[in-house]
Amino acid sequence: MSGRYLVRRLAQVVPAAAAILITAFVVIHIAPGDPVLALAGQHGDAAYYALIRAKFGLDRPLPEQLLVYAANVARGDLGVSYVHGRPVASVVLERLPATLLLMMTALIASSIVGIALGVGAARRVDRPADLIVRIAALVGYATPSFWLAQIAALTLALGTGWFPVQGITDARQVWTGWRYAADVIHHLALPALVLAINELALTTRLVRTGVLECLATDYIRTARAKGLPERSVVRHAFRNALLPVVTVIGGRIGMLFTGAVLVETVFAWPGLGQLLLSSIQTRDVPILLALFLLVSLAVILTNVVTDLAYVWLDPRIRYE
Amino acid sequence: MSSALRTPGGVLGFTLTLVFIALALLAHVVAPTDPFASVGSPLTPPSRAHTFGTDDLGRDVFSGIVHGTRTSLTVAFAVIAIASGLGIAVGAVAGYLGGSVDDVLMRGTEAVQIVPRFFLAVIVIALFGPGLDRVVFVLGVTSWPAIARVVRAETLSLARREFVDAAHALGARTPRILLRHVLPNAVPTALVVISLSAASVILLEAGLGFIGLGDPRSISLGYLANNAQRFLRVAWWMTVFPGAALALVVLGLNLLGDALSDLANPRRSGRTA
Repeated sequence: MSGRYLVRRLAQVVPAAAAILITAFVVIHIAPGDPVLALAGQHGDAAYYALIRAKFGLDRPLPEQLLVYAANVARGDLGVSYVHGRPVASVVLERLPATLLLMMTALIASSIVGIALGVGAARRVDRPADLIVRIAALVGYATPSFWLAQIAALTLALGTGWFPVQGITDARQVWTGWRYAADVIHHLALPALVLAINELALTTRLVRTGVLECLATDYIRTARAKGLPERSVVRHAFRNALLPVVTVIGGRIGMLFTGAVLVETVFAWPGLGQLLLSSIQTRDVPILLALFLLVSLAVILTNVVTDLAYVWLDPRIRYE
Repeated sequence: MSSALRTPGGVLGFTLTLVFIALALLAHVVAPTDPFASVGSPLTPPSRAHTFGTDDLGRDVFSGIVHGTRTSLTVAFAVIAIASGLGIAVGAVAGYLGGSVDDVLMRGTEAVQIVPRFFLAVIVIALFGPGLDRVVFVLGVTSWPAIARVVRAETLSLARREFVDAAHALGARTPRILLRHVLPNAVPTALVVISLSAASVILLEAGLGFIGLGDPRSISLGYLANNAQRFLRVAWWMTVFPGAALALVVLGLNLLGDALSDLANPRRSGRTA
Protein backbone atom coordinates (compact mmCIF):
# COMPACT_ATOMS: atom_id res chain seq x y z
CA MET A 1 0.00 0.00 0.00
CA SER A 2 1.58 3.24 -1.07
CA GLY A 3 1.85 6.23 1.23
CA ARG A 4 0.21 8.35 -1.45
CA TYR A 5 -2.89 6.20 -1.39
CA LEU A 6 -3.09 6.51 2.37
CA VAL A 7 -2.86 10.31 2.19
CA ARG A 8 -5.45 10.50 -0.58
CA ARG A 9 -7.85 8.23 1.27
CA LEU A 10 -7.48 10.26 4.44
CA ALA A 11 -8.11 13.46 2.47
CA GLN A 12 -11.50 12.05 1.44
CA VAL A 13 -12.50 12.18 5.09
CA VAL A 14 -12.73 15.99 4.91
CA PRO A 15 -15.72 16.32 2.51
CA ALA A 16 -17.51 13.48 4.32
CA ALA A 17 -17.05 15.18 7.68
CA ALA A 18 -18.14 18.49 6.14
CA ALA A 19 -21.33 16.89 4.82
CA ILE A 20 -22.19 15.60 8.27
CA LEU A 21 -21.49 18.96 9.94
CA ILE A 22 -23.60 20.81 7.39
CA THR A 23 -26.45 18.35 7.94
CA ALA A 24 -26.38 18.96 11.69
CA PHE A 25 -26.10 22.71 11.14
CA VAL A 26 -29.01 22.84 8.71
CA VAL A 27 -31.24 20.81 11.01
CA ILE A 28 -30.57 23.19 13.92
CA HIS A 29 -31.35 26.21 11.78
CA ILE A 30 -34.51 25.05 10.04
CA ALA A 31 -36.01 23.85 13.32
CA PRO A 32 -38.93 25.96 14.43
CA GLY A 33 -37.98 28.77 16.82
CA ASP A 34 -34.71 30.43 17.61
CA PRO A 35 -31.67 28.13 17.16
CA VAL A 36 -30.49 29.31 20.55
CA LEU A 37 -33.40 27.33 22.05
CA ALA A 38 -32.13 24.19 20.35
CA LEU A 39 -28.64 24.73 21.71
CA ALA A 40 -29.45 26.10 25.16
CA GLY A 41 -32.83 24.61 26.02
CA GLN A 42 -36.14 26.21 26.89
CA HIS A 43 -35.33 27.15 30.46
CA GLY A 44 -32.20 29.27 30.21
CA ASP A 45 -32.11 32.92 31.30
CA ALA A 46 -31.27 35.90 29.09
CA ALA A 47 -27.62 35.99 30.15
CA TYR A 48 -27.14 32.31 29.29
CA TYR A 49 -28.80 32.76 25.90
CA ALA A 50 -26.48 35.70 25.20
CA LEU A 51 -23.50 33.53 26.13
CA ILE A 52 -24.59 30.72 23.79
CA ARG A 53 -25.32 33.27 21.01
CA ALA A 54 -21.80 34.62 21.32
CA LYS A 55 -20.24 31.17 21.59
CA PHE A 56 -21.94 29.85 18.44
CA GLY A 57 -21.81 33.23 16.69
CA LEU A 58 -25.59 33.14 16.28
CA ASP A 59 -25.72 36.92 15.67
CA ARG A 60 -23.40 36.67 12.63
CA PRO A 61 -24.23 35.74 9.01
CA LEU A 62 -25.02 32.04 8.39
CA PRO A 63 -21.79 31.04 6.57
CA GLU A 64 -19.77 32.49 9.45
CA GLN A 65 -21.94 30.60 11.94
CA LEU A 66 -21.19 27.38 10.09
CA LEU A 67 -17.45 28.03 10.35
CA VAL A 68 -17.73 28.81 14.05
CA TYR A 69 -19.76 25.64 14.55
CA ALA A 70 -17.22 23.56 12.60
CA ALA A 71 -14.35 25.02 14.59
CA ASN A 72 -16.12 24.28 17.86
CA VAL A 73 -16.84 20.69 16.87
CA ALA A 74 -13.30 20.18 15.60
CA ARG A 75 -12.00 21.24 18.99
CA GLY A 76 -14.30 18.69 20.61
CA ASP A 77 -16.41 21.51 22.02
CA LEU A 78 -19.98 20.30 21.53
CA GLY A 79 -21.58 22.76 23.89
CA VAL A 80 -23.00 22.22 27.35
CA SER A 81 -25.70 19.73 28.20
CA TYR A 82 -28.43 21.81 29.82
CA VAL A 83 -29.64 18.84 31.81
CA HIS A 84 -26.32 17.56 33.09
CA GLY A 85 -24.83 21.05 33.37
CA ARG A 86 -21.51 19.75 32.03
CA PRO A 87 -19.73 19.78 28.67
CA VAL A 88 -21.50 17.44 26.25
CA ALA A 89 -18.26 15.73 25.24
CA SER A 90 -17.55 14.57 28.80
CA VAL A 91 -21.11 13.27 29.30
CA VAL A 92 -20.92 11.28 26.05
CA LEU A 93 -17.39 9.95 26.62
CA GLU A 94 -18.44 8.72 30.05
CA ARG A 95 -21.11 6.51 28.47
CA LEU A 96 -19.09 5.40 25.46
CA PRO A 97 -17.08 2.51 27.04
CA ALA A 98 -20.18 0.51 28.00
CA THR A 99 -21.59 0.79 24.48
CA LEU A 100 -18.23 -0.03 22.88
CA LEU A 101 -17.89 -3.10 25.11
CA LEU A 102 -21.32 -4.28 23.97
CA MET A 103 -20.71 -3.52 20.29
CA MET A 104 -17.22 -4.98 20.10
CA THR A 105 -18.26 -8.18 21.86
CA ALA A 106 -21.16 -8.57 19.43
CA LEU A 107 -19.01 -7.73 16.40
CA ILE A 108 -16.20 -10.15 17.28
CA ALA A 109 -18.55 -12.97 18.26
CA SER A 110 -20.71 -12.54 15.15
CA SER A 111 -17.68 -12.38 12.84
CA ILE A 112 -16.09 -15.56 14.19
CA VAL A 113 -19.29 -17.59 14.34
CA GLY A 114 -20.58 -16.11 11.07
CA ILE A 115 -17.43 -17.02 9.16
CA ALA A 116 -17.45 -20.54 10.61
CA LEU A 117 -21.13 -21.09 9.78
CA GLY A 118 -20.78 -19.54 6.32
CA VAL A 119 -17.81 -21.70 5.34
CA GLY A 120 -19.45 -24.77 6.85
CA ALA A 121 -22.67 -24.17 4.93
CA ALA A 122 -20.83 -23.51 1.66
CA ARG A 123 -18.95 -26.81 2.00
CA ARG A 124 -22.24 -28.65 2.49
CA VAL A 125 -24.17 -26.72 -0.14
CA ASP A 126 -27.83 -27.77 -0.57
CA ARG A 127 -27.55 -30.40 2.14
CA PRO A 128 -29.70 -30.26 5.31
CA ALA A 129 -27.04 -28.43 7.36
CA ASP A 130 -26.77 -25.75 4.66
CA LEU A 131 -30.55 -25.40 4.50
CA ILE A 132 -30.83 -24.98 8.27
CA VAL A 133 -28.10 -22.33 8.33
CA ARG A 134 -29.75 -20.46 5.44
CA ILE A 135 -33.18 -20.43 7.06
CA ALA A 136 -31.75 -19.44 10.44
CA ALA A 137 -29.79 -16.61 8.82
CA LEU A 138 -32.89 -15.29 7.05
CA VAL A 139 -34.97 -15.36 10.20
CA GLY A 140 -32.16 -13.86 12.29
CA TYR A 141 -31.72 -11.04 9.81
CA ALA A 142 -35.42 -10.18 9.75
CA THR A 143 -35.89 -10.17 13.52
CA PRO A 144 -35.96 -6.66 15.03
CA SER A 145 -33.16 -6.38 17.59
CA PHE A 146 -35.36 -4.80 20.27
CA TRP A 147 -37.93 -7.56 19.96
CA LEU A 148 -35.28 -10.27 20.15
CA ALA A 149 -33.97 -8.47 23.23
CA GLN A 150 -37.42 -8.49 24.81
CA ILE A 151 -37.93 -12.17 24.00
CA ALA A 152 -34.49 -13.01 25.42
CA ALA A 153 -35.25 -11.03 28.58
CA LEU A 154 -38.62 -12.78 28.84
CA THR A 155 -37.28 -16.32 28.42
CA LEU A 156 -33.59 -16.50 29.37
CA ALA A 157 -33.63 -13.85 32.10
CA LEU A 158 -37.13 -13.68 33.62
CA GLY A 159 -38.11 -17.24 32.67
CA THR A 160 -35.08 -19.32 33.63
CA GLY A 161 -33.26 -16.81 35.78
CA TRP A 162 -29.96 -17.76 34.10
CA PHE A 163 -29.13 -14.18 33.22
CA PRO A 164 -29.73 -10.85 34.93
CA VAL A 165 -32.56 -8.78 33.47
CA GLN A 166 -30.95 -5.36 33.66
CA GLY A 167 -27.83 -3.31 34.16
CA ILE A 168 -24.10 -3.94 33.87
CA THR A 169 -23.36 -5.07 37.45
CA ASP A 170 -25.25 -6.56 40.33
CA ALA A 171 -26.51 -3.67 42.45
CA ARG A 172 -26.75 -5.83 45.57
CA GLN A 173 -23.09 -6.73 45.67
CA VAL A 174 -19.91 -4.76 45.17
CA TRP A 175 -17.20 -6.91 43.62
CA THR A 176 -13.62 -6.14 42.78
CA GLY A 177 -11.03 -7.77 40.51
CA TRP A 178 -12.00 -11.04 38.86
CA ARG A 179 -15.36 -11.24 40.60
CA TYR A 180 -16.21 -7.83 39.12
CA ALA A 181 -15.19 -8.92 35.61
CA ALA A 182 -17.24 -12.09 35.92
CA ASP A 183 -20.24 -10.05 37.06
CA VAL A 184 -19.94 -7.71 34.07
CA ILE A 185 -19.59 -10.66 31.65
CA HIS A 186 -22.68 -12.27 33.17
CA HIS A 187 -24.63 -9.06 32.55
CA LEU A 188 -23.06 -8.57 29.11
CA ALA A 189 -23.89 -12.03 27.75
CA LEU A 190 -27.54 -11.55 26.87
CA PRO A 191 -27.44 -8.06 25.29
CA ALA A 192 -24.30 -9.00 23.34
CA LEU A 193 -25.89 -12.23 22.13
CA VAL A 194 -28.99 -10.38 20.94
CA LEU A 195 -26.98 -7.68 19.20
CA ALA A 196 -24.72 -10.29 17.60
CA ILE A 197 -27.58 -12.24 16.02
CA ASN A 198 -28.49 -9.67 13.34
CA GLU A 199 -24.84 -9.23 12.39
CA LEU A 200 -24.24 -12.97 12.56
CA ALA A 201 -27.08 -13.63 10.12
CA LEU A 202 -25.69 -11.19 7.59
CA THR A 203 -22.06 -12.33 7.94
CA THR A 204 -23.08 -15.97 7.52
CA ARG A 205 -25.02 -15.21 4.34
CA LEU A 206 -22.20 -13.20 2.83
CA VAL A 207 -19.46 -15.68 3.69
CA ARG A 208 -21.50 -18.54 2.30
CA THR A 209 -22.22 -16.70 -0.96
CA GLY A 210 -18.63 -15.49 -1.22
CA VAL A 211 -17.10 -18.94 -0.66
CA LEU A 212 -19.52 -20.51 -3.15
CA GLU A 213 -18.63 -17.94 -5.80
CA CYS A 214 -14.93 -18.43 -5.18
CA LEU A 215 -15.24 -22.21 -5.33
CA ALA A 216 -16.65 -21.81 -8.85
CA THR A 217 -13.64 -19.86 -10.17
CA ASP A 218 -10.79 -21.09 -12.35
CA TYR A 219 -8.06 -20.88 -9.76
CA ILE A 220 -10.02 -23.16 -7.48
CA ARG A 221 -10.55 -25.60 -10.35
CA THR A 222 -6.77 -25.50 -10.84
CA ALA A 223 -6.20 -26.12 -7.13
CA ARG A 224 -8.52 -29.10 -7.26
CA ALA A 225 -6.94 -30.39 -10.49
CA LYS A 226 -3.56 -30.32 -8.74
CA GLY A 227 -5.08 -32.77 -6.31
CA LEU A 228 -5.06 -30.49 -3.27
CA PRO A 229 -7.12 -31.77 -0.37
CA GLU A 230 -10.50 -30.06 0.02
CA ARG A 231 -9.33 -28.31 3.19
CA SER A 232 -6.60 -26.43 1.33
CA VAL A 233 -8.97 -25.63 -1.52
CA VAL A 234 -11.39 -23.96 0.88
CA ARG A 235 -8.50 -22.07 2.41
CA HIS A 236 -7.70 -20.67 -1.06
CA ALA A 237 -11.25 -19.43 -1.44
CA PHE A 238 -11.48 -18.12 2.09
CA ARG A 239 -9.37 -15.00 1.77
CA ASN A 240 -11.31 -13.71 -1.22
CA ALA A 241 -14.58 -14.57 0.46
CA LEU A 242 -13.61 -12.29 3.33
CA LEU A 243 -13.80 -9.17 1.13
CA PRO A 244 -17.59 -8.75 1.28
CA VAL A 245 -17.52 -9.40 5.04
CA VAL A 246 -15.07 -6.55 5.54
CA THR A 247 -17.28 -4.27 3.43
CA VAL A 248 -20.30 -5.13 5.47
CA ILE A 249 -18.63 -4.53 8.81
CA GLY A 250 -17.58 -1.11 7.51
CA GLY A 251 -20.97 -0.29 6.07
CA ARG A 252 -22.98 -1.46 9.03
CA ILE A 253 -21.29 0.30 11.91
CA GLY A 254 -24.13 2.86 11.89
CA MET A 255 -26.70 0.07 12.07
CA LEU A 256 -24.69 -1.58 14.84
CA PHE A 257 -24.88 1.63 16.87
CA THR A 258 -28.63 1.79 16.22
CA GLY A 259 -29.02 -1.83 17.31
CA ALA A 260 -26.91 -1.20 20.42
CA VAL A 261 -29.10 1.77 21.40
CA LEU A 262 -32.27 -0.32 21.06
CA VAL A 263 -30.87 -3.35 22.88
CA GLU A 264 -29.50 -1.14 25.67
CA THR A 265 -32.99 0.26 26.14
CA VAL A 266 -34.38 -3.21 26.86
CA PHE A 267 -31.59 -4.29 29.20
CA ALA A 268 -31.03 -0.88 30.85
CA TRP A 269 -27.39 -1.16 29.78
CA PRO A 270 -25.74 2.06 31.01
CA GLY A 271 -24.32 3.19 27.67
CA LEU A 272 -25.15 5.67 24.92
CA GLY A 273 -28.61 4.17 24.43
CA GLN A 274 -29.67 5.11 27.94
CA LEU A 275 -28.19 8.56 27.41
CA LEU A 276 -30.10 8.94 24.15
CA LEU A 277 -33.31 7.88 25.81
CA SER A 278 -33.01 10.25 28.75
CA SER A 279 -31.90 13.08 26.45
CA ILE A 280 -34.98 12.59 24.30
CA GLN A 281 -37.20 12.81 27.36
CA THR A 282 -35.49 15.99 28.56
CA ARG A 283 -35.06 17.42 25.02
CA ASP A 284 -31.32 17.74 25.61
CA VAL A 285 -30.58 18.53 21.95
CA PRO A 286 -26.81 19.17 22.32
CA ILE A 287 -26.41 15.57 23.53
CA LEU A 288 -28.50 14.21 20.66
CA LEU A 289 -26.44 16.24 18.17
CA ALA A 290 -23.24 14.94 19.74
CA LEU A 291 -24.46 11.35 19.41
CA PHE A 292 -25.28 11.97 15.74
CA LEU A 293 -21.81 13.44 15.13
CA LEU A 294 -20.11 10.64 17.06
CA VAL A 295 -21.82 7.86 15.13
CA SER A 296 -21.14 9.67 11.83
CA LEU A 297 -17.48 9.97 12.73
CA ALA A 298 -17.38 6.28 13.59
CA VAL A 299 -18.92 5.46 10.18
CA ILE A 300 -16.39 7.65 8.34
CA LEU A 301 -13.39 6.20 10.19
CA THR A 302 -14.62 2.63 9.79
CA ASN A 303 -14.94 3.22 6.05
CA VAL A 304 -11.29 4.30 5.93
CA VAL A 305 -10.19 1.22 7.89
CA THR A 306 -12.34 -0.96 5.60
CA ASP A 307 -10.71 0.45 2.48
CA LEU A 308 -7.24 -0.09 3.92
CA ALA A 309 -8.15 -3.65 4.93
CA TYR A 310 -9.34 -4.20 1.37
CA VAL A 311 -5.97 -3.28 -0.09
CA TRP A 312 -4.30 -5.57 2.40
CA LEU A 313 -6.66 -8.49 1.72
CA ASP A 314 -6.59 -8.17 -2.06
CA PRO A 315 -3.23 -7.07 -3.45
CA ARG A 316 -4.83 -6.56 -6.88
CA ILE A 317 -6.63 -3.49 -5.53
CA ARG A 318 -4.33 -0.51 -5.79
CA TYR A 319 -6.58 2.54 -6.23
CA GLU A 320 -4.06 4.40 -8.32
CA MET B 1 -41.02 -13.63 -13.38
CA SER B 2 -42.63 -16.91 -12.53
CA SER B 3 -39.55 -19.14 -12.30
CA ALA B 4 -37.78 -17.35 -9.45
CA LEU B 5 -41.01 -16.88 -7.53
CA ARG B 6 -41.60 -20.63 -7.67
CA THR B 7 -38.81 -21.33 -5.17
CA PRO B 8 -40.15 -21.93 -1.64
CA GLY B 9 -38.48 -18.75 -0.40
CA GLY B 10 -39.86 -16.70 -3.27
CA VAL B 11 -43.39 -18.03 -2.75
CA LEU B 12 -43.24 -17.38 1.00
CA GLY B 13 -41.83 -13.87 0.51
CA PHE B 14 -44.41 -12.97 -2.09
CA THR B 15 -47.26 -14.39 0.00
CA LEU B 16 -46.17 -12.72 3.25
CA THR B 17 -45.78 -9.36 1.52
CA LEU B 18 -49.20 -9.66 -0.16
CA VAL B 19 -50.90 -10.75 3.08
CA PHE B 20 -49.52 -7.81 5.03
CA ILE B 21 -50.35 -5.32 2.28
CA ALA B 22 -53.91 -6.71 2.22
CA LEU B 23 -54.02 -6.49 6.03
CA ALA B 24 -52.93 -2.86 5.85
CA LEU B 25 -55.41 -1.95 3.12
CA LEU B 26 -58.32 -3.72 4.83
CA ALA B 27 -57.34 -2.80 8.40
CA HIS B 28 -60.79 -1.45 9.23
CA VAL B 29 -62.46 -4.62 7.95
CA VAL B 30 -60.06 -7.12 9.54
CA ALA B 31 -59.92 -5.26 12.86
CA PRO B 32 -62.96 -3.00 13.19
CA THR B 33 -62.10 -2.34 16.86
CA ASP B 34 -60.51 1.06 17.34
CA PRO B 35 -56.90 0.28 18.37
CA PHE B 36 -56.99 3.21 20.81
CA ALA B 37 -60.30 2.27 22.40
CA SER B 38 -60.46 0.50 25.73
CA VAL B 39 -62.58 -2.54 24.93
CA GLY B 40 -61.79 -5.05 27.68
CA SER B 41 -60.33 -5.31 31.12
CA PRO B 42 -56.63 -4.39 31.23
CA LEU B 43 -53.90 -6.99 30.69
CA THR B 44 -56.13 -9.96 29.85
CA PRO B 45 -54.21 -12.84 28.27
CA PRO B 46 -55.19 -14.05 24.79
CA SER B 47 -58.78 -15.29 24.79
CA ARG B 48 -61.63 -15.88 22.37
CA ALA B 49 -62.75 -12.25 22.65
CA HIS B 50 -59.24 -10.85 22.30
CA THR B 51 -57.09 -13.22 20.22
CA PHE B 52 -53.82 -11.54 21.19
CA GLY B 53 -54.97 -10.25 24.59
CA THR B 54 -55.37 -6.68 25.79
CA ASP B 55 -52.83 -4.10 26.96
CA ASP B 56 -52.58 -2.05 30.14
CA LEU B 57 -55.46 0.20 29.09
CA GLY B 58 -57.67 -2.66 27.93
CA ARG B 59 -56.95 -2.00 24.26
CA ASP B 60 -57.13 -4.91 21.82
CA VAL B 61 -53.60 -6.02 20.86
CA PHE B 62 -54.75 -7.72 17.64
CA SER B 63 -56.34 -4.49 16.46
CA GLY B 64 -53.16 -2.63 17.42
CA ILE B 65 -51.09 -4.99 15.29
CA VAL B 66 -53.34 -4.70 12.25
CA HIS B 67 -53.52 -0.90 12.39
CA GLY B 68 -49.84 -0.72 13.36
CA THR B 69 -48.95 -2.74 10.27
CA ARG B 70 -50.93 -0.23 8.26
CA THR B 71 -48.85 2.62 9.74
CA SER B 72 -45.55 0.78 9.18
CA LEU B 73 -46.36 -0.06 5.58
CA THR B 74 -47.68 3.44 4.83
CA VAL B 75 -44.46 4.99 6.13
CA ALA B 76 -42.34 2.44 4.26
CA PHE B 77 -44.27 3.03 1.04
CA ALA B 78 -43.93 6.82 1.26
CA VAL B 79 -40.24 6.63 2.16
CA ILE B 80 -39.54 4.20 -0.66
CA ALA B 81 -41.44 6.40 -3.13
CA ILE B 82 -39.19 9.37 -2.26
CA ALA B 83 -36.01 7.29 -2.09
CA SER B 84 -36.74 5.50 -5.37
CA GLY B 85 -37.47 8.77 -7.16
CA LEU B 86 -34.24 10.34 -5.94
CA GLY B 87 -32.16 7.19 -6.34
CA ILE B 88 -33.34 6.39 -9.85
CA ALA B 89 -32.91 10.00 -11.00
CA VAL B 90 -29.41 10.37 -9.54
CA GLY B 91 -28.29 6.92 -10.64
CA ALA B 92 -29.60 7.24 -14.21
CA VAL B 93 -28.14 10.71 -14.77
CA ALA B 94 -24.76 9.79 -13.23
CA GLY B 95 -24.49 6.53 -15.13
CA TYR B 96 -25.63 7.94 -18.46
CA LEU B 97 -23.76 11.25 -18.53
CA GLY B 98 -20.61 9.97 -16.80
CA GLY B 99 -17.59 12.24 -16.47
CA SER B 100 -17.62 15.05 -13.95
CA VAL B 101 -21.40 14.90 -13.45
CA ASP B 102 -20.98 11.28 -12.41
CA ASP B 103 -18.11 12.19 -10.09
CA VAL B 104 -20.05 14.93 -8.33
CA LEU B 105 -23.23 12.87 -7.99
CA MET B 106 -21.38 9.83 -6.71
CA ARG B 107 -19.42 11.83 -4.12
CA GLY B 108 -22.77 13.26 -3.00
CA THR B 109 -24.23 9.76 -2.83
CA GLU B 110 -21.33 8.58 -0.68
CA ALA B 111 -21.79 11.56 1.64
CA VAL B 112 -25.49 10.80 2.15
CA GLN B 113 -24.72 7.12 2.67
CA ILE B 114 -22.59 8.00 5.69
CA VAL B 115 -25.45 9.75 7.50
CA PRO B 116 -26.71 7.55 10.35
CA ARG B 117 -30.41 7.68 9.55
CA PHE B 118 -31.70 6.63 12.94
CA PHE B 119 -29.73 9.27 14.85
CA LEU B 120 -30.64 12.01 12.37
CA ALA B 121 -34.32 11.08 12.70
CA VAL B 122 -33.98 11.27 16.50
CA ILE B 123 -32.68 14.85 16.29
CA VAL B 124 -35.33 15.92 13.81
CA ILE B 125 -38.13 14.52 15.97
CA ALA B 126 -36.62 16.08 19.10
CA LEU B 127 -36.49 19.50 17.41
CA PHE B 128 -39.66 19.40 15.29
CA GLY B 129 -41.84 17.23 17.52
CA PRO B 130 -43.18 13.77 16.66
CA GLY B 131 -45.04 13.13 13.42
CA LEU B 132 -45.10 10.65 10.57
CA ASP B 133 -44.47 13.33 7.92
CA ARG B 134 -41.00 14.21 9.24
CA VAL B 135 -40.09 10.56 9.72
CA VAL B 136 -41.02 9.96 6.08
CA PHE B 137 -39.06 13.02 4.96
CA VAL B 138 -35.87 12.23 6.90
CA LEU B 139 -35.82 8.54 5.96
CA GLY B 140 -36.80 9.37 2.37
CA VAL B 141 -34.01 11.84 1.69
CA THR B 142 -31.41 9.57 3.34
CA SER B 143 -32.40 6.14 2.01
CA TRP B 144 -31.73 6.60 -1.71
CA PRO B 145 -27.94 6.03 -2.07
CA ALA B 146 -28.15 2.23 -2.35
CA ILE B 147 -30.80 2.57 -5.07
CA ALA B 148 -28.78 5.24 -6.91
CA ARG B 149 -25.67 3.05 -6.94
CA VAL B 150 -27.48 0.06 -8.41
CA VAL B 151 -29.29 2.15 -11.04
CA ARG B 152 -26.01 3.86 -11.97
CA ALA B 153 -24.23 0.54 -12.44
CA GLU B 154 -27.07 -0.80 -14.60
CA THR B 155 -27.26 2.40 -16.63
CA LEU B 156 -23.52 2.35 -17.23
CA SER B 157 -23.69 -1.06 -18.83
CA LEU B 158 -26.96 -0.43 -20.67
CA ALA B 159 -25.78 2.88 -22.14
CA ARG B 160 -23.19 1.02 -24.22
CA ARG B 161 -25.65 -1.44 -25.75
CA GLU B 162 -26.61 -1.38 -29.44
CA PHE B 163 -30.28 -0.58 -28.85
CA VAL B 164 -29.30 2.64 -27.10
CA ASP B 165 -26.98 3.54 -29.98
CA ALA B 166 -29.82 2.79 -32.37
CA ALA B 167 -32.20 5.09 -30.50
CA HIS B 168 -29.50 7.74 -30.56
CA ALA B 169 -28.99 7.31 -34.29
CA LEU B 170 -32.73 7.68 -34.81
CA GLY B 171 -32.48 11.12 -33.24
CA ALA B 172 -33.98 10.41 -29.82
CA ARG B 173 -32.98 12.92 -27.14
CA THR B 174 -31.23 11.95 -23.91
CA PRO B 175 -34.30 12.23 -21.60
CA ARG B 176 -36.31 10.05 -23.95
CA ILE B 177 -33.54 7.46 -24.23
CA LEU B 178 -33.21 7.35 -20.46
CA LEU B 179 -36.93 7.07 -19.79
CA ARG B 180 -37.94 4.76 -22.62
CA HIS B 181 -34.90 2.59 -23.21
CA VAL B 182 -32.50 2.59 -20.28
CA LEU B 183 -34.66 2.81 -17.14
CA PRO B 184 -37.16 0.06 -18.00
CA ASN B 185 -34.20 -2.29 -18.24
CA ALA B 186 -32.56 -1.05 -15.05
CA VAL B 187 -35.68 -1.21 -12.88
CA PRO B 188 -35.77 -5.01 -12.32
CA THR B 189 -32.34 -4.88 -10.66
CA ALA B 190 -33.33 -1.75 -8.74
CA LEU B 191 -36.39 -3.59 -7.39
CA VAL B 192 -34.09 -5.90 -5.43
CA VAL B 193 -32.55 -2.99 -3.54
CA ILE B 194 -35.92 -1.29 -3.21
CA SER B 195 -37.54 -4.26 -1.47
CA LEU B 196 -34.53 -4.67 0.83
CA SER B 197 -34.58 -0.92 1.58
CA ALA B 198 -38.28 -1.14 2.42
CA ALA B 199 -37.46 -3.84 4.98
CA SER B 200 -34.77 -1.70 6.61
CA VAL B 201 -37.04 1.37 6.66
CA ILE B 202 -39.74 -0.63 8.44
CA LEU B 203 -37.19 -1.70 11.07
CA LEU B 204 -35.96 1.88 11.50
CA GLU B 205 -39.46 3.30 11.87
CA ALA B 206 -40.28 0.60 14.41
CA GLY B 207 -37.04 1.37 16.25
CA LEU B 208 -38.03 5.03 16.51
CA GLY B 209 -41.44 4.03 17.81
CA PHE B 210 -39.79 1.70 20.30
CA ILE B 211 -37.78 4.49 21.91
CA GLY B 212 -40.95 6.54 22.17
CA LEU B 213 -40.55 8.77 19.11
CA GLY B 214 -43.53 7.47 17.17
CA ASP B 215 -46.46 9.63 16.17
CA PRO B 216 -48.80 9.56 19.18
CA ARG B 217 -51.78 10.02 16.86
CA SER B 218 -51.32 6.76 14.99
CA ILE B 219 -50.69 3.34 16.48
CA SER B 220 -47.53 1.62 15.25
CA LEU B 221 -45.72 -1.65 15.84
CA GLY B 222 -42.85 0.23 17.45
CA TYR B 223 -45.22 1.97 19.86
CA LEU B 224 -46.74 -1.38 20.83
CA ALA B 225 -43.26 -2.77 21.60
CA ASN B 226 -42.44 0.37 23.57
CA ASN B 227 -45.57 0.03 25.66
CA ALA B 228 -44.96 -3.71 26.13
CA GLN B 229 -41.52 -3.09 27.63
CA ARG B 230 -43.01 -1.82 30.90
CA PHE B 231 -45.20 -4.92 31.24
CA LEU B 232 -42.62 -7.53 30.24
CA ARG B 233 -43.04 -9.37 33.54
CA VAL B 234 -46.83 -9.49 33.53
CA ALA B 235 -48.04 -9.50 29.91
CA TRP B 236 -45.88 -11.54 27.51
CA TRP B 237 -48.52 -11.28 24.80
CA MET B 238 -48.02 -7.52 24.51
CA THR B 239 -44.41 -8.21 23.52
CA VAL B 240 -44.62 -11.43 21.56
CA PHE B 241 -47.33 -10.73 18.96
CA PRO B 242 -46.51 -7.21 17.67
CA GLY B 243 -42.81 -8.10 17.34
CA ALA B 244 -43.65 -11.34 15.55
CA ALA B 245 -45.78 -9.39 13.06
CA LEU B 246 -42.89 -6.99 12.49
CA ALA B 247 -40.43 -9.85 11.95
CA LEU B 248 -42.79 -11.51 9.45
CA VAL B 249 -43.24 -8.30 7.42
CA VAL B 250 -39.47 -7.84 7.24
CA LEU B 251 -38.85 -11.52 6.49
CA GLY B 252 -41.37 -11.34 3.64
CA LEU B 253 -39.70 -8.33 2.06
CA ASN B 254 -36.22 -9.86 2.44
CA LEU B 255 -37.35 -13.14 0.85
CA LEU B 256 -39.00 -11.19 -1.95
CA GLY B 257 -35.75 -9.26 -2.49
CA ASP B 258 -33.79 -12.52 -2.66
CA ALA B 259 -36.21 -13.99 -5.18
CA LEU B 260 -36.05 -10.84 -7.32
CA SER B 261 -32.27 -10.89 -7.08
CA ASP B 262 -32.14 -14.46 -8.42
CA LEU B 263 -34.38 -13.25 -11.21
CA ALA B 264 -32.22 -10.26 -12.10
CA ASN B 265 -29.02 -12.25 -11.82
CA PRO B 266 -29.73 -15.87 -12.76
CA ARG B 267 -26.04 -16.83 -12.56
CA ARG B 268 -26.19 -16.50 -8.80
CA SER B 269 -29.57 -18.14 -8.61
CA GLY B 270 -30.20 -19.98 -5.36
CA ARG B 271 -26.94 -18.86 -3.88
CA THR B 272 -28.02 -15.69 -2.20
CA ALA B 273 -30.31 -17.09 0.45
